[in-house]
Amino acid sequence: MAVEHAHATPRAQTGVDTSRLPTDRVVFGPDRPLRLDSGAELPGFTVAYRTYGTLNATKSNAILVCHALTGDQYVAETHPVTGKRGWWDLVVGPGLVLDTDKYFVICPNVIGGCMGTTGPMEINPATGEPYGLSFPVITIGDMVRAQAMLLDELGIETLFAVVGGSMGGMQVLEWAVSYPERVFAAVPIATAPHHSAQNIAFNEVGRQAIMADPDWRGGAYQRHGVRPRGGLAVARMAAHITYLSEAALQRKFGRRLQDREAITYGFEADFQVESYLRHQGITFVERFDANSYLYITRAIDYFDLSTRNGGVLAEVFRGTKVRFCVISFSSDWLYPTSESRLIVQALNGAAANVSFAEIQSDKGHDAFLLDEPAFLKVFGGFLTGAGWHRGLEG
Amino acid sequence: MIADTLRKAIRVDLQLIADMIEPRSRVLDVGCGDGALLEYLTTFKQVDGRGIELSSEGVNACVSAGLSVIQGNADTDLVDYPEHAFDYVILSQTLQAMRAPRMALEQLLRIGRRAIVSFPNFAHWRVRYYLLMRGRMPMSGALPYSWYDTPNIHLCTIRDFLELCRELGITIERSLALDHASVPRAISGVVSANLFGEQAVFLLRK
Repeated sequence: MAVEHAHATPRAQTGVDTSRLPTDRVVFGPDRPLRLDSGAELPGFTVAYRTYGTLNATKSNAILVCHALTGDQYVAETHPVTGKRGWWDLVVGPGLVLDTDKYFVICPNVIGGCMGTTGPMEINPATGEPYGLSFPVITIGDMVRAQAMLLDELGIETLFAVVGGSMGGMQVLEWAVSYPERVFAAVPIATAPHHSAQNIAFNEVGRQAIMADPDWRGGAYQRHGVRPRGGLAVARMAAHITYLSEAALQRKFGRRLQDREAITYGFEADFQVESYLRHQGITFVERFDANSYLYITRAIDYFDLSTRNGGVLAEVFRGTKVRFCVISFSSDWLYPTSESRLIVQALNGAAANVSFAEIQSDKGHDAFLLDEPAFLKVFGGFLTGAGWHRGLEG
Repeated sequence: MIADTLRKAIRVDLQLIADMIEPRSRVLDVGCGDGALLEYLTTFKQVDGRGIELSSEGVNACVSAGLSVIQGNADTDLVDYPEHAFDYVILSQTLQAMRAPRMALEQLLRIGRRAIVSFPNFAHWRVRYYLLMRGRMPMSGALPYSWYDTPNIHLCTIRDFLELCRELGITIERSLALDHASVPRAISGVVSANLFGEQAVFLLRK
């Protein structure tokens, strides 16, 4: 197995030096290219990942966690770049829903990402330059194919479960459809069987903000030693609003002013909500690559499960043995419950084994990352039940 | 988790339904509540069980207990299932609360080879007596709600139900009436069952 833990190549460009990240990696040589849905090939690529817990002797306790648009492999540990807690450390850990005393949890960084897995900021071996826009357009299917190759390398034939929220949920659905024989249980959370027009529109706003930044330089900013910080920050700010709910914003900020007694009749961040969003934008830029943002949002836009079988979603799931647990949140307007119901209807149409719960929450799309007791109870209960059927101990 | 629940016995009418189900069959429980029947069937009859439940509390309890239950509305969601997807479809104490009971009954027997339906009998003598003597909408153990907040919008009698089955060409394989003390008796004479049955359980096929 070609696993490297670090190879120190000094980088001239700004941003995160992924070669120095503490992460596990599998490097696939040019003899094992990633065949992409577009028809192109990625000749030679790296998948960076982290694992938690121990794989049991029968290799039956592996759970794959799929991360969302701006997530990465640091699911349950301090992030090496931001110093913040793992993005799902409420869910992954000893005694938690994804109990690392019981399960072997694997979380890879997606293809096209920017935390060590091959993406547009990495060096194109053919040119010795960063890929930039010469990186091929990738899909959710490509992300999952790369993950399957990673599991092959790790010697894991079947997964007890594949779980993830938002874009992670799309990967979960893709896994269940593309590799049904390798998945025992699937938990798509706060997601959809296809990206809606409204969501494509939001993604396009984000991409245009990045491309309108003069420092984007046609995607070749690394070569010029600059980064489109402003554009990427605006993209993040706009997207961040869609992750919350009106009620949550109102409760958190209302019309309260930021460190001042009165409005200033100017364009500074008078309101707390403005200050909060600016902060979200600024901190995001420090850990995320602008071109990765373009590529990954495009992959999400292209996602449509029903395109495989003549537009009938139920046909995609026909005969599936996978046990599903679909979870949505009542105030999520980015991936509303109605989208999850489309998945459930299709699974019912295929007489599949499915559970579905809409969790009452006013925290919007982000609820899947937060401490929502009903969500964690349903999620954990489903996995425990699936474990009985799988014959897992505990 | 299963063991805890089973220390409590399941309700008599649920036990009667369970007794009608062949082991290892495919079962859909429509309006499965907190999942007591599904859990019983999964444990003791090794069925492949699924449920639909309207309330979030019910769904959360079921899924948390490892049961395959979806949050949904029996009035609108039954159409999603393919024909004969299940060996049995159960509608326990829910028919009277549905918007379109006739359509529901047809759906049950489309998606299930058999249906098991139970409901409170509005012609039970206590109900008749209550209405006759007090002149008010009857309330009882089986019908605990006031007229203004009852979910039971389509109450029927055993005779009404038999008539609907006849109209829809439904075959009744077994029928039981439970008296006030929950003692079940096979329905042979309609007059007496309709008078003394407080609730009824039917095993149906098309």
